[in-house]
Amino acid sequence: MAQHQVNYASSAGLPVALTTADNLINWGRSNSLWPLTYGLACCAIEMMASGASRFDFDRMGVIFRASPRQADVMILAGTLTKKHAEFTRRLYDQMAEPKWVISMGSCANTGGMFNTYAIVQGVDRIVPVDIYLPGCAPRPETLQYAMMMLQKKIRRESANMNKNKKQRFI
Amino acid sequence: MRKYTPKDSVQKKAKYTDRFWVAPKVPHNSIEEGSFFESVVSALNESNINILDSYVELGQLVIKVNPQDNIDALRVMKEKCCFKMCSELSAVDYLAKDGEFEIFYQLLNLDEALRARIVTRIKGDQAIESVHPLYKMANFAEREMFDMFGIYVNNHPYLKRIIMPDDWEGHPLLKTYPLQGDEAASWYEVDKIFGKEYRDVIGPEIRDSARVDRYDTQRFARVGKEVPFGADPELVDKTETPIEDRYSKTFLTDYTTGSTELENRK
Repeated sequence: MAQHQVNYASSAGLPVALTTADNLINWGRSNSLWPLTYGLACCAIEMMASGASRFDFDRMGVIFRASPRQADVMILAGTLTKKHAEFTRRLYDQMAEPKWVISMGSCANTGGMFNTYAIVQGVDRIVPVDIYLPGCAPRPETLQYAMMMLQKKIRRESANMNKNKKQRFI
Repeated sequence: MRKYTPKDSVQKKAKYTDRFWVAPKVPHNSIEEGSFFESVVSALNESNINILDSYVELGQLVIKVNPQDNIDALRVMKEKCCFKMCSELSAVDYLAKDGEFEIFYQLLNLDEALRARIVTRIKGDQAIESVHPLYKMANFAEREMFDMFGIYVNNHPYLKRIIMPDDWEGHPLLKTYPLQGDEAASWYEVDKIFGKEYRDVIGPEIRDSARVDRYDTQRFARVGKEVPFGADPELVDKTETPIEDRYSKTFLTDYTTGSTELENRK
């Protein structure tokens, strides 16, 4: 017990905060987004820089996890080849709900400059993408901004993921 | 987007029709007497290898042999002429022009610091003998040749696709293979992950980088043609407020007022 006397009624009110379940759950989800340690090409270098001390992703509660079972966010950083698409989809399926996807860089968004037979023309052909992040390659600040946009999106949506499912056609 | 035209006959007709155009050619020099390359050629002759042609191109010895002699020629090159390293091995597609593949073996003599190339030609449906017993790099290089051109290699230890997936259709480095992929390639990831019935859900690949879907109200808005976020696509025609395109007629354009500075100066 506190040694000093606190008069809750007269000072700043009762130590009680009222909120909705949605707000509370989304507050927790959005402030500890754990992405999967998963790099495909040169964008992954920028992603690694974002996680390292200079740009410091940890201060936003973003900690890279080496297992899809522990991850909430998949950052598709780089060129996705058609050979590898199957494994990307498998990693996405292994992640537990709720999960989000950031498509990082031109190659992941649209295939970029690789208008060829071997490259997936946009990762949204195989996984549902929440945030498209332009750039070639995007700077670490841009990735952090994308993560902040994703946090904003999560705070806005319903905590019940079943309600959001209809957008996820894949 | 540029339309795809079949490349089947691309080798048959000249690329440049200008009658003054002279295609640049790398000069083929004869082998100097008393040089190291002459001893290489004589070593091949001693081993009864039929040399179809031999010359020096850019300081490198080029020797053309029959395809059945490839391993014997390379054995002489390695064991008698000290070309210990095979730096590259691949093929060139001349199917449309001659109905043949050209297979080359780029060799390096580390003692003399000289390079040589053994060149051979096979028909489109022929196979070639593996040189893996001589050069271990041939293991991967011949797999790549098989993957990219579909050339079968006899007695290869593990002839399997190396770059493309195992269930890929076609051989991408053939001149007839379209750069943006054939039918099987364009649906490869969809068929593999979701199955063929999902083709309709996901739709064909969008390869036009300048494509704008004006009925897509979820993602990007076009400047001057904004509609509310997530508006019904059918209402786009009615609700969008088109503003006259103010593209830059002069290099000085004030986009906020629409007046051009240059016209005022006139």
